[in-house]
Order: sequence, then C-alpha cells, then structure tokens
Amino acid sequence: MSATVLSAPVAAPHAATSASVSRVMLWVMAALAPATLFGFWLYGWPAVHLWWITIAFALLGESLCLRLMRRAALPVLFDGSALLTGWLLALSLPPWAPWWIGATGGFFATVIAKQVFGGLGQNLFNPAMVARVALLISFPVQMTLWVAPVPLGSAAAPGFVDGLRITLGALPGALDAVASASVLGHAKTELSRGVDLLHSFAVSSAPTFGLDGMRAGSMGETASLLLAGGGALLLALRIISWHIPLAMLAAIALPAAILHAADPARYLDAGSHLLAGGTLLGAFFIATDYVTSPNTRAGQLLFGAGVGGLTFLIRTWGGYPEGIAFAVLLMNALVPVIDRYLRPRIHGRDRRGRALDIPDGEGS
Amino acid sequence: MGLLERFFKPSWGVHPDDHKRPAADVPLRTLPLPERLYVPLQQHVGGPARPVVLAGQKVLKGQLLAEAQGNISAPVHAPTSGRVLAIGEVTAPHPSGLAQLAITLASDGDERWLEREPVADPFALAPEEIARLTAAAGVVGLGGATFPAAVKFNLGRRLKVSTLIVNGGECEPYLSSDDAVMRVRAAEVVDGLRIVMHAIGAANALVGIEDNKPEAIAAMRAAAAPFGDVAIRPVPARYPMGSDKQLIQVLTGKEVPADARAAEVGVLVHNVSTCAAVHRALRRGEALVERIVTVNGGAVRAPGNLLAPIGARVADLLAFAGLAAEPARLILGGPMMGTLLPHANVPLVKGASGVLAFDAREAARPAAGPCIRCGSCTVACPMGLLPLEMASRIRAGDLAGATGFGLSDCISCGCCAWVCPSHIPLVQYFSHARGELAAGERARLRNEATRRLVEQRGERLARDAREKAAAAAKRKAERDAAKAKAAAATESAAASSAAVSAKAVSP
Repeated sequence: MSATVLSAPVAAPHAATSASVSRVMLWVMAALAPATLFGFWLYGWPAVHLWWITIAFALLGESLCLRLMRRAALPVLFDGSALLTGWLLALSLPPWAPWWIGATGGFFATVIAKQVFGGLGQNLFNPAMVARVALLISFPVQMTLWVAPVPLGSAAAPGFVDGLRITLGALPGALDAVASASVLGHAKTELSRGVDLLHSFAVSSAPTFGLDGMRAGSMGETASLLLAGGGALLLALRIISWHIPLAMLAAIALPAAILHAADPARYLDAGSHLLAGGTLLGAFFIATDYVTSPNTRAGQLLFGAGVGGLTFLIRTWGGYPEGIAFAVLLMNALVPVIDRYLRPRIHGRDRRGRALDIPDGEGS
Repeated sequence: MGLLERFFKPSWGVHPDDHKRPAADVPLRTLPLPERLYVPLQQHVGGPARPVVLAGQKVLKGQLLAEAQGNISAPVHAPTSGRVLAIGEVTAPHPSGLAQLAITLASDGDERWLEREPVADPFALAPEEIARLTAAAGVVGLGGATFPAAVKFNLGRRLKVSTLIVNGGECEPYLSSDDAVMRVRAAEVVDGLRIVMHAIGAANALVGIEDNKPEAIAAMRAAAAPFGDVAIRPVPARYPMGSDKQLIQVLTGKEVPADARAAEVGVLVHNVSTCAAVHRALRRGEALVERIVTVNGGAVRAPGNLLAPIGARVADLLAFAGLAAEPARLILGGPMMGTLLPHANVPLVKGASGVLAFDAREAARPAAGPCIRCGSCTVACPMGLLPLEMASRIRAGDLAGATGFGLSDCISCGCCAWVCPSHIPLVQYFSHARGELAAGERARLRNEATRRLVEQRGERLARDAREKAAAAAKRKAERDAAKAKAAAATESAAASSAAVSAKAVSP
C-alpha cells in the first residue's frame, strides 16, 4: 500500500455522534408541530398567516445580519435556530394579532436579541421572549386581544382570504366579534375590580377551561395535552432533561396549591396555573432553551424553580396577568451567576476544587 | 457518597457504536513474519532505551537490543532472529510524522530464540525478583499507557496496595485485542495477574470486563474458578469504562484524589494483556516481542485480531488483512483516543492495541459549528468538568481561566468532542491549551534563568568596577607614596638635614 497523507483534523476522537444542531432543532419543531396544528385549527387562517409572517421576518432578520457581517447566510439559516425562534414567538402571540406584530417581533428576535449578541449560542436572553416582552410593552392593546376559538370549518371561521385580511388589518371589527379573555387575564381583571374568583368564574361569560384547549389564549399555548406530549417526546429523545420542566412546574404548582387551599377566593388553583397561559409551552420549549439556561443539572433545577416561582409571583401579585416571559428573562440574566456557582464536582476533588484527601489506613 | 450525589447519580460517559464485531469473533491469526522489523527505542513512558547492539550484528529472538536507561524506562528486545541492519530514524507513530530512533532488523526467517530461562514457581520468588524479571523482559502497560510495569509493581508494594484491578474493560470502539487475549489466553491472564498480586502483595484481584464481551467473561470465569481471591466482575459497557479512575470507582467505589496515584487509595490497575505478558516473561522466560493487535475499520477487507511482532509496519498488517479501499484515515489505537498516523510506514509498538483504517464514510467529520451550550459535554464528561466553558476560555486565549475550570483534570477521553452536536473539536482545544501552558512554563523558566544571569552579570560587572576602582585607588596611593618618597629622597639629597621632617609627612 502506498503511503497515504491525511488531512486535518488531527486530534482524537476520530468518531462522532450522529446528532447535530439542525437535527436537534428539527426534533424540537416536530415536537411543537401538533400543538401548532391544533392552534391553526382552533383559531383559523389568521393564526396560520401570523405564524408564517413571524417566521419569515425572523429569517429575514437573521439573513440581513449575516449579510452585514459578510458571512454565508444559507448554512446558518439551515441550522433551524432562527426558524425555531420565529415559531416559538408566533406561538406566544395572540392568534389574530396584526401582521406587523409578528413582523416586528420576528425581526426584533433575531436581530436585537440574537445576532447583536453574536449569533447562535451567544445571546444571554431567550430571543423569542425578548421579542414577546418588547411587543407587550410597546403594543399592549394588540398583545392582549384574545379571540374565542373559531375552529376551521365552523360557521364563524374566516376563510383563507378573510384570514389574510384580518391579519393584514383590512377587516376591522372582525376581531371585536370574537374577542374573549384568557383565564389568567379574566382572573386578574375581576380580582382588581374586587370580584373574587368564586364569583368571577361562576358567571356564564367567564372563559371556559379544560384539558381540551378550547379556550382563548396565545396561538400555541392552549393545547395542554399536545404540548405535554411534545415535551415528553423531547424528554424521551434526551434532547431536554427533566430538570428544568419539573422544577418549573413544581415551583408554580406548589405555592398555587398551598395558597388556593388557604383562600380559594383569591388564588387560582394549581391546575389552572399549570394549564393556563404559557406554562407548558414555557416549561418544555422556552425555559429549556440550551443557550439561555444553565448547563449543569443542579443549575437547571435552580433555574427551573426560579422561572416557576417568578411566574407565580408575577401572575399572583404583579401587574401583568401572565408572567412566563418576564420570569424566563429574569432567570436568563441569572444564568451566568448560576453557572459560576453551581459547577459539578470534579472527580478526585471536593466541591471547592481542592484535591480529595488520601484516606487514612490506605496505601502508605 | 452524599445524599446530593446519590440523587445526582453519575451519568458520565457515552455509548458510541462499538463496531467490535465481526472482527472480535474472527479467530486469532498470526502475521507472517515480515522481512524487516523496525523496533523503536522508545515504546514506553520514560527514558528511551540505549542500544547495546551494533549494525551488522546477528541477534536471536528475545535478545536484548537496547537496555533501559534511567529509573523509568524499559528495554527492547529482538522480535525475531536475524541481523541488525541499522540504528537510525524511522517515522514515529505520531500525527507529526517526526522521526524516532529505531533498530532495523532483517529477519533470517528461523525465529531462533535466545536461551530462555523459565521460572517454574514464580510464587517462590521474592516480589523484588518478579519486578526485576518483568523489567528485564521489557513489559510495559499494554492498554496504551505503556508505563513500565515493574515500576508500578514497586510502587504498589511500597504503598501496600490491597487490591489489584485488572482492566479488561476495552471500552474503545473497534478494538478487541484485549478481548482476544482473554478469550484465547485466559489461563495466562489469570496466572499473570496472580503473579502480579504476589509482586505487589495484593490480597485480592478484581477483573473488570465490559458486559459486551460475554465470551471473554466466560473464559475468564472458567480460568479464575480455582482461585478464590480473583473475582471476575462484568461492568456496564460505557465509554470510558476502561479509564483507570472510572474503573476503580465502579469496581471499588473508591475515588482517586486529584494529583494522587491509584496506589495511594490502595489499588493498582493493570491491563489484561500486561498480565499475560508478565506470565510469559516469568513462566516462559520470554521478553515482550509480540502482541495481539486489532486490525479493523471500513477500509479493511478481513478485519480481526493478529498476533504480530513488535516492529512490524502498519503497512504489513494492512497488507495481510487486505484493503477494500484506500484508507481515508489511519489510526493507531482506538477511535476515541487513538493517534492519527501520517502514513502506514510506521512500526507497531508495544502499546498499540489496534490499527484502524477508516473508509471515507467513517473518516468524514462534519464542520464545527458554534457552541449552543446544550451541556451534552458536561453530562458526558467522566471527570465532572465543563468542557464548553474550558473551550470558550481557550478560544478567547484565557488559558488561566481554562485552568480554573479544571483543564489539568481532563483525561482527554474524547467524550465531550464525540457527543458535541456542533462537532467542536474540544480535545484539540484542550491539547492546544496544554501545549501552550507547557510552552509558557518553559518560557517562564527560561526567562527566570536569563534574568538571574543578567542580575549576576550586573553584580559581577559592578564588583569588577568596584575592584578596579579600588585597585586604581590603591595604585594611585602607591604612586603618590612613591612620588612622595622620591621627592623626599630628592629633598634629603638636597638637604640631608631635612630627613627627619620628610619622614614625618609621608603617610
């Protein structure tokens, strides 16, 4: 055999896992797909249009930044991360929000919240949540207009073209016809008016509530079972670990259960907290974002508990009915600190990094 | 193990496809004796051996070619009978392809052994004598570390090791040479490990074998059955189970402190092939001149285990096993920690457990992407390190920061780089950083030495100047004195009556 000259890379290992970033992103999208399709069905064509517009602008923002940096845009776009960011943002928006909400949000998410920090892996805050909070603060009216379910095929459901006109803002009035309140929004509004929960949810106009997800809310957050199923898929594939979701859900449910038991008129029960709002979407898809969460198991437990606890605080005593996005961002800011202090113990060393003592009676 | 750690059970390691079969199941074959053998002088950790033969000299199989040099070193012996052709440079089994000194041997085809002196009952020998014979036979750690075995014996005896751990983990994918040794030479392994126990004074031995080698486990159980102090312990197949620290922890629950040796917690690890070599060194009086090596990989037509003399070229092994395709990547050792070979004209050394010839598909590496902080590397790291944090520090040139994250505790097992979905060559980062740190340390020492020399020179110059000034002053004083004397003499000559006063003014 002739001498073969080989090329780089030099260092071992000479084998690698078949996993890749784009495959991880694809699986997350696959896990999101059922809840998304349910959202499309539940809220009709306006939701579909808002979804693709948001994603398109997220991709546009990403490619524009890459162009400005004179980097090849295609390989980065194909890693799927910008698409996923836009997708997650769309799922957290009111389904009938006007197109410019999705466009601004998608663009903001990839440009300001991601590429300005240095692109994939460099951002401190979850891009989708940064965009959502920016939209919520800038456009509070559009961001809190929810619609009652108008499933595709039902009489009230707008068609493809009407759906597009709603999204483009060309059908004023359509939204008013189906406007509704979310569970958390209803609870907060009524409580602030002095009506306790026992009475406010007893009236017939109160938002209905159940596992089937047939209620007003963001595009992708009402299908509790489908979201939990998607989360279970990611857990089974070991794309995410149980630490963040479990800690987060527990940190919401435990105080809710305790306070609800103490005063059911003032505090929502744990079930409502878990199923309403973005709890499940946040627990399985948002808080588990690799880039903006701690990378040790202990850190993940703390992070998850922090997101859950802050969510409960904001929902219960804060000015906003929903707190997932704020809670995630606040905990994102703490991730470097968590990572600094909650490091794994190194083999042969104690937690402070000192070499373990050589046991007495052994060896010399 | 504290409550916290019981809850966070260690989940280190990775599960790469092992690719061990069908190669592991093919019966052991013997490599036909190559015409030329290239025996490197350094096949072990420590000082290179010093040649004791001359070019042109006839040697017998097992005859000493080069003797150990220094406290940590090992001799090398003739793998066959023949004539020494040259003592010169050959390509070292290292990615650099740099040269290394080796003794080239032309075999005469007779395989005539030197007079062998078998030991009938090694257990009657003093432990020191076993260590001496093992050292003389050139036995080094055959698992890949190539640390001289006898040095470890003496260390174990000095530190009163109670348990001998025999490493039959062989967690590297593709490799099955230890598997073959255990299947074919189980009795030798067990006898060898009992000799090692005697040499280090251990009370019992634990043989750790990954549970993906049921044939080896069965063979070893049968061979160890008569001996109550030798336990065969199947361990879960998980890379890097064959790493000393991890195997010790799994088998004994003991954790080797950082910067300490395993012997200091009462255990010593030897590889199964090393034990078999110890058996041959004592019971047969044979030096370590051959080994079982796995030839595997997609480019190999007939993969399997070969019994090959030390010094055979990788090209000889590949030619015998046959190549189905031009290898896209040649590796000495396993795919996780093995060494990239620059070409196949590289000699087989004692520590080479495998030769892998990867086809283009196996050798293909996706391009590295950005770190997405998924933490896979953190979970996989068997040492509890944060590879992503170390790599990001090294990328930014912050080597001190990387050291703070435990760079010195990294065992270079490659789990992190294997599992990385962005395919970042993390081990390469760490090797680079270690090289830089070592170079920095050398530079620091050199600078210190230079500074010391400069200071000393300055002092010397100052001293010289001082001495010169003192000497000049002295000379001046003497001159003055002489002048004064001369003047006085003139004066006295002029006026002899002034002699008393001239004496009074001279110093």
